[in-house]
Amino acid sequence: MRPEIPIEPKPGWNRRHLLGLEELSADEITLILDTARSFKEVSTRDIKKVPALRGKVIVNMFVEPSTRTKTSFSLAAKRLSADTVDFSPSTSSLSKGETLKDTARNIEAMGVDIVIVRHWAPGVPLMLSNVLKASIINAGDGAHEHPTQGLLDIFTIRELKGRIRGLKVVILGDITHSRVARSNIWGLTKLGAHVTVCGPATLVPPFIEDLGVKVSHNVDEAIADADVINLLRIQMERQKANLFPSVREYSRIFGIDGERMKRTRKDVLIMHPGPINRGVEIAPDVADGEQSVILKQVTNGLAVRMAVLFLVAGVKELEGEERA
Amino acid sequence: MSSYLIMGGRVIDPASGFDAVTNVLIEDGKVKTLGSASPRGYQVIDARGKVVAPGLIDMHTHLREPGKEDEETIASGAAAAVAGGFASVASMPNTDPPIDNEAMVEFIYLQAKRCGKANVFAIAAATKGRKGEELSEIGQLVRGGAVAFSDDGNSIANADVMRRVLQYAGMFDKAVISHCEDRNLSRDGVMNEGYMSTVLGLPGMPAIAEETMVHRDIMLAAATGSKVHIAHVSTAVSVELVRRAKEKGIRVTTEATPHHLVLDETALRTFDPNFKMSPPLRTKKDVEALRRGLTDGTIDAIASDHAPHSSEEKDVEFSAAPFGVIGLETTLPIVLTELVGKNVLSLNEAVARLTLNPARILGIPRGTLSAGAVADVTVIDLDKEIEIDPSRFISKSRNCPFAGRKLRGCATVVLVGGRIVSGGNG
Ligand SMILES: [Zn+2]
Repeated sequence: MRPEIPIEPKPGWNRRHLLGLEELSADEITLILDTARSFKEVSTRDIKKVPALRGKVIVNMFVEPSTRTKTSFSLAAKRLSADTVDFSPSTSSLSKGETLKDTARNIEAMGVDIVIVRHWAPGVPLMLSNVLKASIINAGDGAHEHPTQGLLDIFTIRELKGRIRGLKVVILGDITHSRVARSNIWGLTKLGAHVTVCGPATLVPPFIEDLGVKVSHNVDEAIADADVINLLRIQMERQKANLFPSVREYSRIFGIDGERMKRTRKDVLIMHPGPINRGVEIAPDVADGEQSVILKQVTNGLAVRMAVLFLVAGVKELEGEERA
Repeated sequence: MSSYLIMGGRVIDPASGFDAVTNVLIEDGKVKTLGSASPRGYQVIDARGKVVAPGLIDMHTHLREPGKEDEETIASGAAAAVAGGFASVASMPNTDPPIDNEAMVEFIYLQAKRCGKANVFAIAAATKGRKGEELSEIGQLVRGGAVAFSDDGNSIANADVMRRVLQYAGMFDKAVISHCEDRNLSRDGVMNEGYMSTVLGLPGMPAIAEETMVHRDIMLAAATGSKVHIAHVSTAVSVELVRRAKEKGIRVTTEATPHHLVLDETALRTFDPNFKMSPPLRTKKDVEALRRGLTDGTIDAIASDHAPHSSEEKDVEFSAAPFGVIGLETTLPIVLTELVGKNVLSLNEAVARLTLNPARILGIPRGTLSAGAVADVTVIDLDKEIEIDPSRFISKSRNCPFAGRKLRGCATVVLVGGRIVSGGNG
């Protein structure tokens, strides 16, 4: 039997764009997670495709290299029966001095319903949502937000722990430059988790406490009673910018290895948005160990992205809006 | 040359403390007298119900000529100035090439004279090529007409060079205008470092990048006895440093811009590059501290830091956009609405910060309506309602952070050297 999931506005969801988790309510986040759960169930069937977005055109506009997120979105779109188009800047007019807005308008003029955008500059998804009629999904904008990563992390935690409220989640690494950290912080705190960010003082941004998190520079203290440890990738170029002294020192002081795992709760989840630096922020035995849910995150990413595409596609343009 | 009788306005002349309804007689390009007489033979400018002030002076503008004439020229900037009520502007030397020799200073005066709108007073580079290494020919630049010295856009990073600039400019009693920013601290920042930069994921420029330089330059001014003017002060600590230095008698003055006095970093939630400038918009607390500094006289002048950029350059990703916003055509309405209208400044104090004070800092014979003064006059209608529409600006650029604002009060007539250069229909 073919699963029928009709495309129509879901009660409780009226957003045409997903720009970040900051602006979402706890109920909206929960709705996405619940929708993702039903799509995850679809992926276990023999026929993994549903006709929900048949006839819709989705553009992957990735103005910053990313294989994983792009592949995940493409697959999510295909499973919803949408047509997908790839737009990568190396082969586009963006490199010929055309502004981003011009390019986006041109893409839209081809009749695009949803634009999935990854960009190195914070704020680009918002900017596009102001000039385009299409739905915009933020697939990561600089160090600002990466809402679907935050959602898939939260989905994974909820799936394995059964709840979010009251859990202690440690986000460990380069917080300053991490959109993953920001989206996780917004989502987790809205759902009632206790979040601690941990990393070198040079890589924890000012006033982060005002987002409702604790700050620690002592890994062992921070992870002692953690339910979840979400490790962030450390970029080698930060060392050149003098934000930590050496990779060796970073991994010694802030990396998670088997020895450190002995001092955590037995049921702690080890998460990582990937790609991982084995032997830097995470030792290989931990990355591949029993507590690691890194591959589950990837699987869940697909369901979460299907849910997001499905939800935004169900919301019609406001009255009076004309399609370009 | 015409003679004018500016009739029946509220005449405010901060130099003498004069503030009364009277007539202003203008003859031979000079103010002849203030008084109730209405002799015949003068063209009448009806200023009844309006304010008559000395011609406003914007002591911090970027006119982009030579080098970026698509963004602004001396002529277009001078025309935008008078449209905004300014009879005079002081132009910053960070053009391409920079204004660092006598001939280039003379070029600015020549271009300004050709267009015949606002006076343009040249600020010259403090160091050759604005590189912060060798003194520019300050003596010859003074001879060419330079009124002050600045490497604006940059701080002079080397404290010894700054010290020598102060010592040397001090011989000519000229102010050194300092853009206070330690580039090692501001790094690749594009906005204020703080809660908002953390939320938005944009690299921050910490307040200390400004404050350490303000502190250093005040100490160097104290050590040399020379005059330092802190450009576009933007943080609470900077204001406090200037306040204490003034109490000690150090020769320091400062200015603030309308955008730093009215807007704060929360405006950046829109990621609109028209809120990107250096120094960046700071916190609400900083804005309050700036306003207190303006009220108590710590901040001497209000200056636009008019910084034109083409829309091709500016209308891009926030991170990629250049720093700077324009202000010649919005400064007066913003000051009247947001500062005078909200009791941060009295009208008299606002006029002083736009006339007498910048004239004194720059040492230029302007900023007063006393008998015999050059007849630069700005007539202001305090009640006129306007809406800021950048598409109608005289300036060649549109990068304005106040687009769409409804404001109350603007200039209706501007005279420069006894000639009407803007308005004139009353
Ligand atoms: Zn400056």
